[in-house]
Amino acid sequence: MSDLQQEIQPKGAKIKGNKPVNQLEAANRFIAASAHQQMHDQRLWDLRKKRDAQMHLIPEWEELRDLASDIKSHTLDHLADYLEEFERNAKANGVHVHWAKDAQESNQIIAGILKEHDAKNLVKSKSMLGEECLLRQHLEEEGVTVIETDLGERIQQLDKEDPSHVVVPAVHKSRTDVSKVFVKTLNAEEGNNDVHYLATTQRETTRPYILNADAGMTGANFLVAETGAVVVCTNEGNADLSANTPPLHIVTVGIEKIIPKMEHLAVFIRLLSRSALGSPITQYTSYFSGPRKGGEMHVVLVDNGRSTRLASHKFKAGLKCIRCGACMNTCPVFRRSGGLSYGSVYAGPIGLILSPTYNVHKYRNLPFASTLNGSCTNVCPVKINLHEQIFAWRETLAEEKELSLSKRIIMTSLGKLFAHPKAYRMAVQTGDKLLSYLPHFMVYNQLNTWGRQRDIPTPPKETFHSWYAKNYMKKGKADE
Amino acid sequence: MEVGLFIPCYMDALEPEVGISTLKLLERFDVNVTYPFDQTCCGQPMTNTGCHKEAEETEKLFVKNFSSFDYIVMPSGSCTNQVRHHFDAIQQTDEVLHVRKNTYDLVEFLHDILKVASFPWANFSHKVAIHYNCNALRGLRHASMSERREPFFSKPKDLLSKVKGIEFVELERPDECCGFGGTFSIFEEGVSAKMGQDKVMDQHRSGAEYVVSADSSCLMHQKGCAMRMGVDLKYAHIAQILNGDLS
Repeated sequence: MSDLQQEIQPKGAKIKGNKPVNQLEAANRFIAASAHQQMHDQRLWDLRKKRDAQMHLIPEWEELRDLASDIKSHTLDHLADYLEEFERNAKANGVHVHWAKDAQESNQIIAGILKEHDAKNLVKSKSMLGEECLLRQHLEEEGVTVIETDLGERIQQLDKEDPSHVVVPAVHKSRTDVSKVFVKTLNAEEGNNDVHYLATTQRETTRPYILNADAGMTGANFLVAETGAVVVCTNEGNADLSANTPPLHIVTVGIEKIIPKMEHLAVFIRLLSRSALGSPITQYTSYFSGPRKGGEMHVVLVDNGRSTRLASHKFKAGLKCIRCGACMNTCPVFRRSGGLSYGSVYAGPIGLILSPTYNVHKYRNLPFASTLNGSCTNVCPVKINLHEQIFAWRETLAEEKELSLSKRIIMTSLGKLFAHPKAYRMAVQTGDKLLSYLPHFMVYNQLNTWGRQRDIPTPPKETFHSWYAKNYMKKGKADE
Repeated sequence: MEVGLFIPCYMDALEPEVGISTLKLLERFDVNVTYPFDQTCCGQPMTNTGCHKEAEETEKLFVKNFSSFDYIVMPSGSCTNQVRHHFDAIQQTDEVLHVRKNTYDLVEFLHDILKVASFPWANFSHKVAIHYNCNALRGLRHASMSERREPFFSKPKDLLSKVKGIEFVELERPDECCGFGGTFSIFEEGVSAKMGQDKVMDQHRSGAEYVVSADSSCLMHQKGCAMRMGVDLKYAHIAQILNGDLS
């Protein structure tokens, strides 16, 4: 058996109430499962490569990114107007429109609609907003059976795990891991790791739920204000089944997903799937402009912290996100850490900037899970300044006293040392003294974290400073 | 042309030979190089950790040391990026703005300002993989990046191409971060080391004998990983090659 078959899939971050998530601890466990880590890194890097290939096929790629970014910025500046325009047009199409200020209100509205229709079985298409609002958990407490219809999301539901990626929710699992979950939950054949078998097993067990469902739920990739329509992009067609088979279609969507006109939709459709999976377009790009004959359609427009973010000058641009996951695929930290290590709904670079807006204390460590390398900013199809916001979050965390004590102490003393040349020179001595200085300078804290997996540089005989003093001061070249 | 030379703190303490190569290289051209004696650090460790206030005095000291020069040159893209883009903790006086505007990384200075045409004293007959520091690559635009649809360019490669004997090899992931990331390498050690190990393996597979970069900080991390892994690769700063100190 290969390593990947034998190795147990690492679990995500340990969540302890409101305590800061220790992303690094979970990332280290993920890295320790080396077969899984390598598979994860390679799968996502392959997506990044496919995305690059698509990019090179579109000569106007950078112009498209500019255009998409400008459309989103404009829309955010006039968000209320476009949302009202959407509401008017959707209502005219016969759609019921609801407004939810937070997750709780959204969940209550949806539970209310289901109750009104005496709907006990709900099939849903993957929705990050649903995850954000803990919708499934809420509805299950209300006695509603909720079945995920997206393959990856269904795997995660059956394994009682969160999605680890916004586009490919089970990307951290091997075929063997999926097989094990299906053996336990779907009565699948033991040891059968064939992808077609596994996909068919899932489909055949999920189809009856779809056929018997009282209601279907989808998210939305875009809302078009001009037409009052909802656009959903999937590769499995499961959103279409969820929307069209049962008589009731409920859409939940974050208010930032709106765009003004149909002509703008073309820009985003060209960027979305290319950025996400490196395919020109999703297999299904479905446009729901009203209820089907004899059916009912509801759209729940959810705020859940978005208007607060809109008012924040530093972090507003995060609302431009179209959830393509390109920033995750390119992120070298995400690829090594696995999405579940972030312990938040949104992982990777976008998670680093969104998560603290939901709970600054709980997610205070996340903005440090980055090298600020800037790759995310440059793949982002809507040009979110991701790494600059990660950088800005660190300052905000320091201002809000959410920096860990060790970081605070080290940085305060380093700041003082670097501000005083004489004290600094005393600290940086050559030879033996440099070695004793190293633990403070490079390693800072009690554990020698540099040296655990890396050799420590051999201290030179003298510093540049003393070399210069010896060789140039005599020549009168130094300034003192 | 009066040039103030800044030698980053880690380079001063750990890799003085790179500072020496830089100084001597600059002196080969028609510039008057001075090393202000009271210099310490650019403030990056504090700023990157969010501690901007704690960086304020360090930034002030830097400006005091360097504001009288026409250009401030340093063999580090990362520190240049800090001065140019992040010196925000202090009041933005004319002096501060002068320093920010005229601070150049060695590669930029040779390539864009001096427009050096040749390095006749240098010879380096080795297979070389270039490592781009992320701050230099995406912050200073040392080279085109694989994320963007743009024509290929590389200032370090342009300069190195003028050295006799060099043969370039390509990496599978040419501009993936190596995981050093300043204090990231200390505070997030596990992920940092893994990224470094993967980088070293990519370099190893490329057939490179040397990895050359405009930043010693990344190289220190990669070299530390390579040595621990027992991978036979040599690491050199671009100043050492361009000045002909290695062959």
